[in-house]
Amino acid sequence: MQHLEELKQQIKDKLPELDVVVGWEQGFDPLRATPLFMRKPEDVDRLIWNPLCVHNLATYLTGLKGKKVGVVVKGCDSRSVIQLLQEKLISRDDVTVFGLPCTGVVSIRKINRQLGSLDYVEDVELSEDSITVTSNGQKHAFGLADVAADKCGRCQYHSALLSDAFVGEPLTDQAEDDYADVKAFEEQSEEDKMNHWLDVMDRCVRCYACRNACPMCVCRDHCVAQSRDPHWMTQEDSVQNKWLFQMIHTMHLAGRCTECGECERSCPVSIPLLLLRRKMNKEINELFDYKAGTLIDGKPPLMSFKVEEENINERGW
Amino acid sequence: MADKFVATNELGSWLAALSDQYRTLVPRREGDAVVFQPFEESRPVELDARPTKSPKEAVFPQCEALLTFAYNKNPETPGRVEVAVTEKMGGAPTVVVGGRPCDASGFFTFDRVYDSERVKDLNYLHRREQTLFVSLVCEKPATTCFCNWVGGGPASANGSDALMIPVDGGYVLESLTDSGGKLLEGLSDASDVQTKQAQSVKSAAEEAMDKAPDLSAAQEQLLAHFDDAEFWEEQSGKCISCGTCTYLCPTCYCFNITDEQFGHEGVRLRTWDNCMSSLFTMEASGHNPRPTKAHRLKNRVGHKFSYYPSLHGGNIACCGCGRCIKSCPASVDIRAIVLNAIATPVSQPEG
Repeated sequence: MQHLEELKQQIKDKLPELDVVVGWEQGFDPLRATPLFMRKPEDVDRLIWNPLCVHNLATYLTGLKGKKVGVVVKGCDSRSVIQLLQEKLISRDDVTVFGLPCTGVVSIRKINRQLGSLDYVEDVELSEDSITVTSNGQKHAFGLADVAADKCGRCQYHSALLSDAFVGEPLTDQAEDDYADVKAFEEQSEEDKMNHWLDVMDRCVRCYACRNACPMCVCRDHCVAQSRDPHWMTQEDSVQNKWLFQMIHTMHLAGRCTECGECERSCPVSIPLLLLRRKMNKEINELFDYKAGTLIDGKPPLMSFKVEEENINERGW
Repeated sequence: MADKFVATNELGSWLAALSDQYRTLVPRREGDAVVFQPFEESRPVELDARPTKSPKEAVFPQCEALLTFAYNKNPETPGRVEVAVTEKMGGAPTVVVGGRPCDASGFFTFDRVYDSERVKDLNYLHRREQTLFVSLVCEKPATTCFCNWVGGGPASANGSDALMIPVDGGYVLESLTDSGGKLLEGLSDASDVQTKQAQSVKSAAEEAMDKAPDLSAAQEQLLAHFDDAEFWEEQSGKCISCGTCTYLCPTCYCFNITDEQFGHEGVRLRTWDNCMSSLFTMEASGHNPRPTKAHRLKNRVGHKFSYYPSLHGGNIACCGCGRCIKSCPASVDIRAIVLNAIATPVSQPEG
């Protein structure tokens, strides 16, 4: 909200050297923001910046390869940019990063739970720490912290970690993230865990929004889930197969997932996918003391080789 | 037949009775989504929030086996291999209770393609003929609703076998077809007051819709923009090429066919396909006539609002339910694209 004009100016200043800058604008209702592709100075006037700017715009970077691209990022989004750079999936020279400090984004789904439906949103008012949604003629006020995305409650990277232009004051506070949600889930019996996943995966429509919204899922048109030749995966829509795809997705993100949560946010049927990615991240963190996209000069563990890993006992049995 | 009434607290026993005779699909909350599932007495039916998924699966499953096959050596002449093919046809008498009028009318888009003079899709028709729709009238349009742009309405009877109209204490049920009437047998008659209230709910619903814009130029304008790459790149910029819009759509009818063989036996599967996917148009040669998401989104919008209407008597291949807008991870708005195509002058190619 703050610093929007400064951000617009920064973008306008850099726009002549860039093909496009990706930010956010107001979407089809007052609660929904939508990605904005700015090519002309007048496009920049539509830019917004507030806690409804949920999308991780780094997702678009690999699709815009070869172009000079500007991208507006929150702290969490900047991790994806860093990870993409480390994996050499984008070129630093081609990307201009507009970094922002972020105090948290709204989970549209949490508001849906409160209102019962998001079909009738007429107006949204945002203040420093609250959001008031007018729906069906009624005002509903929520504390931003209460309806923030889960990832925001444990955020350690409020400010963009990488930027060519940083707008606003960097935020330094850091929450703890001890993977309590993963630990709590792990305590269940194997049978309960499996039943949970089979239950929630049953409603999957295999739209692959989870994959396409993921900034690190870069195989895109060549994903194993759909490739015909070789035909890796059956097209049968059994819940086991839907689950198998999520396992593949999770494994492919080992040491790469930046926990932006776009997989879960994008899922039209609200499958709690981020828990799977976080389970893998917890393992990676314990084994390699590594969090994807948090160190500009870091080396992703799966892109390096050590004869003896500190935390893997390879020959000890 | 007189209108019937079912009290909210008797809805369960009516649905349970229907379940004895039909596969009875009802909207149910799962997570934050609302999906159609067979009625279970222990699980509540969600009739307030609009269903996230469409009831398309009732007639057109996401995956179905069309046939199974087996290769066998001829015992007399082992050099010869014979193929045994068994056709499959699934489907059972089904009723969908609690879809919306737009959902039921969506199947007309299928019918024109799968039940034409030239082509009869027997698997589709087998289910279609056995499926009934008791549609819930929408009292108030969602911000994403635009059924009245494309020939529908919140209380439209088109495509349903019975309408379910929310009134005080329950629902008035209006039968529209003989089969719909059978579903309502055994329910008590609605009182005059209830019938009157139902009528006013219906007319209030129709009146609550915003005026529909004139889409008569869409067919021509979308075609005129066919080669306007810049226009489509701009419209598709934020699309992430997933299949959410297509798979939640009540009118998207495209499918893929895959033979999956294990040893000497196999199955031919028909699965939903979506034109947002690169593989949708990938040819065996390796050439892809729709190489980018701009080409693909152009097809989705063009097909619904231009090419399909030009082949099928002007009927738009969209029922205006708004699922593609509401559930799109990037909030792509098909209404805006169609209106932009109408409003944007067509640039003349140079020379």
